[in-house]
Amino acid sequence: MAEVEATAQPGSASSPRRFRLDPRFLAPLLITTLLVAGQLSFGFLESWSRTLLAIATAMATELILVRSLFGRWPHLASAYVSGISIGILVRSLAFWPYALGSAISITSKYVLRVRNQHLWNPTNLGVVALLLLASDSVAGLSIQWGNNLLPMVVVWTLGTAILHRVNRLHVTLTYLVSFVILAALRSAVTGQPFLGEISPLTGPMYQLFMFFMITDPKTTVGTRRGRIAVTVLIAIVEAVFRHLRFVYAPFYALFLVGPIAKLVEIERAARRPSGHSAPAWTAVPPPRN
Amino acid sequence: MKHRARITLIVLFCGLLLTPWLIRRLGEKGTVTDSSASALDRYGFVLTESAQEAGMEFIHEGPRLDPKLAHIMPEVASMGAAVSVTDFDADGLPDVYVTNSRMGSKNRMFRNRGNGTFEEVAERLGIAEVNQPATGVSMGSVWGDYDNDGFEDLFLYRWGQQDLFRNEGGMRFSRVENISLPAWANVNSAVWLDYDRDGRLDLFIAGYYSEAVNLWELTSTRMMPESFEYADNGGRKYLYRNLGDGEFEEVSEEVGISSRRWALATVAADLRGTGYPDLFVANDYGVSELFVNEGGRFREVGREAGVGFSPKSGMNATVGDVFNQGLFAIYESNISERGILLQGNNLWVPASAPEGGLPHYDNLAGSLGVELGGWSFGAQFGDLNNDGFLDLYLVNGFVSASPSESYWYDFSKVAGGHEIVISDAQNWPAMGERSLAGYQQKKLWLNDGAGRFLDVSQVVGAVDRYDGRAVAYGDFSGRGVVDVLVANQRGPLLFYRNEVHPDRHWIAFELEGGCSSESEGQCTNRSAVGAQVALSWDGQQQVQEVLGGSGFSAQNQLKLHFGLGSATEVDQVVVRWPSGETQTLRQPPVNRVYVIKEPV
Repeated sequence: MAEVEATAQPGSASSPRRFRLDPRFLAPLLITTLLVAGQLSFGFLESWSRTLLAIATAMATELILVRSLFGRWPHLASAYVSGISIGILVRSLAFWPYALGSAISITSKYVLRVRNQHLWNPTNLGVVALLLLASDSVAGLSIQWGNNLLPMVVVWTLGTAILHRVNRLHVTLTYLVSFVILAALRSAVTGQPFLGEISPLTGPMYQLFMFFMITDPKTTVGTRRGRIAVTVLIAIVEAVFRHLRFVYAPFYALFLVGPIAKLVEIERAARRPSGHSAPAWTAVPPPRN
Repeated sequence: MKHRARITLIVLFCGLLLTPWLIRRLGEKGTVTDSSASALDRYGFVLTESAQEAGMEFIHEGPRLDPKLAHIMPEVASMGAAVSVTDFDADGLPDVYVTNSRMGSKNRMFRNRGNGTFEEVAERLGIAEVNQPATGVSMGSVWGDYDNDGFEDLFLYRWGQQDLFRNEGGMRFSRVENISLPAWANVNSAVWLDYDRDGRLDLFIAGYYSEAVNLWELTSTRMMPESFEYADNGGRKYLYRNLGDGEFEEVSEEVGISSRRWALATVAADLRGTGYPDLFVANDYGVSELFVNEGGRFREVGREAGVGFSPKSGMNATVGDVFNQGLFAIYESNISERGILLQGNNLWVPASAPEGGLPHYDNLAGSLGVELGGWSFGAQFGDLNNDGFLDLYLVNGFVSASPSESYWYDFSKVAGGHEIVISDAQNWPAMGERSLAGYQQKKLWLNDGAGRFLDVSQVVGAVDRYDGRAVAYGDFSGRGVVDVLVANQRGPLLFYRNEVHPDRHWIAFELEGGCSSESEGQCTNRSAVGAQVALSWDGQQQVQEVLGGSGFSAQNQLKLHFGLGSATEVDQVVVRWPSGETQTLRQPPVNRVYVIKEPV
């Protein structure tokens, strides 16, 4: 899901003695907390071993690729998040999809690049690749956070807090509003119950998607307005997929819209005369991968 | 990045994308579709569907519930086809009882004439017109001799009223009045067992929908499960202790059984070698439960035992000694739909000999090849080819309507939602004519004895695509083979007559609890439910137990059938009666049925 990168907060480095958590650890910490709490409470993982396999494969792939391609040691937080996300989002009775999904996710970052930037959210690409190419062995996450509101409140609270910190909360809120409006539209057109249409929002797959996948700083566009527009577009394309009765519509919508938006932005930036100010987010030193 | 490194990376990435295809190509085994060789020669048996020829023409009719559920009627009214094998007239020939589920429809009893044909006698016996507005409709039946008079009695469970019918000498059935069965409950599973080993059959009843719900007169549409995986708002469980003299008392709370999970299947068997029957309950919308019987008191240990951690959609419970090692594995069916929902069925195999302790189970369904069975319902273990290893017959398919339209998208939309959404039927999208996991290929997994099961359904004749619910076995012609009955939801009863290669041998046992006097009240557990037979032959040992119901809405014949392969000798047979007494037969000749009465 979201690769780890945060906009530096003004003054955040003013007190060197105070403990300051490297922002790259925020997402790994949050998602690990969710995973452990969810598994201990509800047993929502297919198994610990499968998730650990996904994490280990993602980190190993990152390590090997970066070391062999660039001759340096990578920071593994990003790969860890990709691995753990595959471990949560993928459902399979076999082990190999977990390793394969992680390997595809990480490798894609170094293969599918334009002007030295990758286009797809790695986890999104890994999940979509598995759903399309290995549908006989793989399904997406379809379970719940138990049957009470508490876990959902925890996810929303933590998700909101972290997104606020990394300046991406507007993406999630835009998606939420767009989804509800489009759900109402679908309900009006098809006559199906409105609560049934917005039901997916109450499940973990969507919560992980809208909090941690579409907000990925490295694969969203640079301007706030641009991100809002792209998010609305993702919601619209997803609604089209939903109309066509695709179960994993959000993953497919992001898979299509995300890279196109990113590509347009990269090409537009490349055509600008040198010296033109770059989008704000690129001013933040990206992880060296 | 250097050009060469980039090319290498692209090749690697393409290789990763091609991996699923490669794995699929390498893994295309497990299902046999090539029928070029004779199935009889190759696998040792063939099945021929013969219901019509045998005179067992029956088509199940589904319930029509409250109009408020009309938009999802095929889904909520998706059960009720059940089949049980019983010898109601004690003539030594297994008969067949099937349930119907439309209000006003009739259940059927097919009496075995002994010549390969059956006659319908339910109306004559008074157990046909049992689906009425006042009673609700049938969901299944289990048979056991609760009054030890030598005739198996009928417990009919319904969405509605529960009824115990006393068998009056095989001539007719009379409803037992002096038993305080639940006035109204939505029951999908029941088993006979002698949980306290007092020689009288007790009755376990498991509710599905809450008993507060009348499915024909809903006061609220908030009657669906509160969660797809953690639902705890289902029907309650009942344990009726048989006091003798036709009286029962409900003791579930007293003996430690308290659950509101959505139970669909139960099996009672001695899983720990204590002599007391334990209870395994397969629950829809949640985890399974294992109630171990500690001298007549139960303790739920599902989580500790490994069977109650991952929530699935349990729809079947049956036991079998699949490795011929004297231990029962438990087979539980769930839902698997490629690309959408992959729960996988469970084959719970005890990791070690329990010896009275708490067993710990591992799910070996994947490694043995019995994991993927579609929207699985009933399954039974039985040696269909008499090779000495227990095979597994599984039926599946939920709602077969339009072949081109699927409800999976709609189902998945709501199933993953929160309680507020999922628990109210009003929020469920209309099904229309859509199918949900329909027209599925059945599974007949042949146990090779070396740790693998091979699906031979398509080459031995199990080729129907109905919405299968219940499977039951019986040797209906006394030929030493296991014939198969399949009850289908809104479909015909199927009777697969089995033909086994003549080189295969067998032995079977009809057990009967002992009587100190033939007069009523002097006999103990005459159905011998809970009795075990351990058979040793040719370096193998297999244990079977007389079960008072197993699978989904089904009961096999009480007679225990063992295939022997090519062996023509049996070393010994040890019968362990529910009382704890054992009996040993040494080197009994094969290819015959032994009627064994418990010594008193």
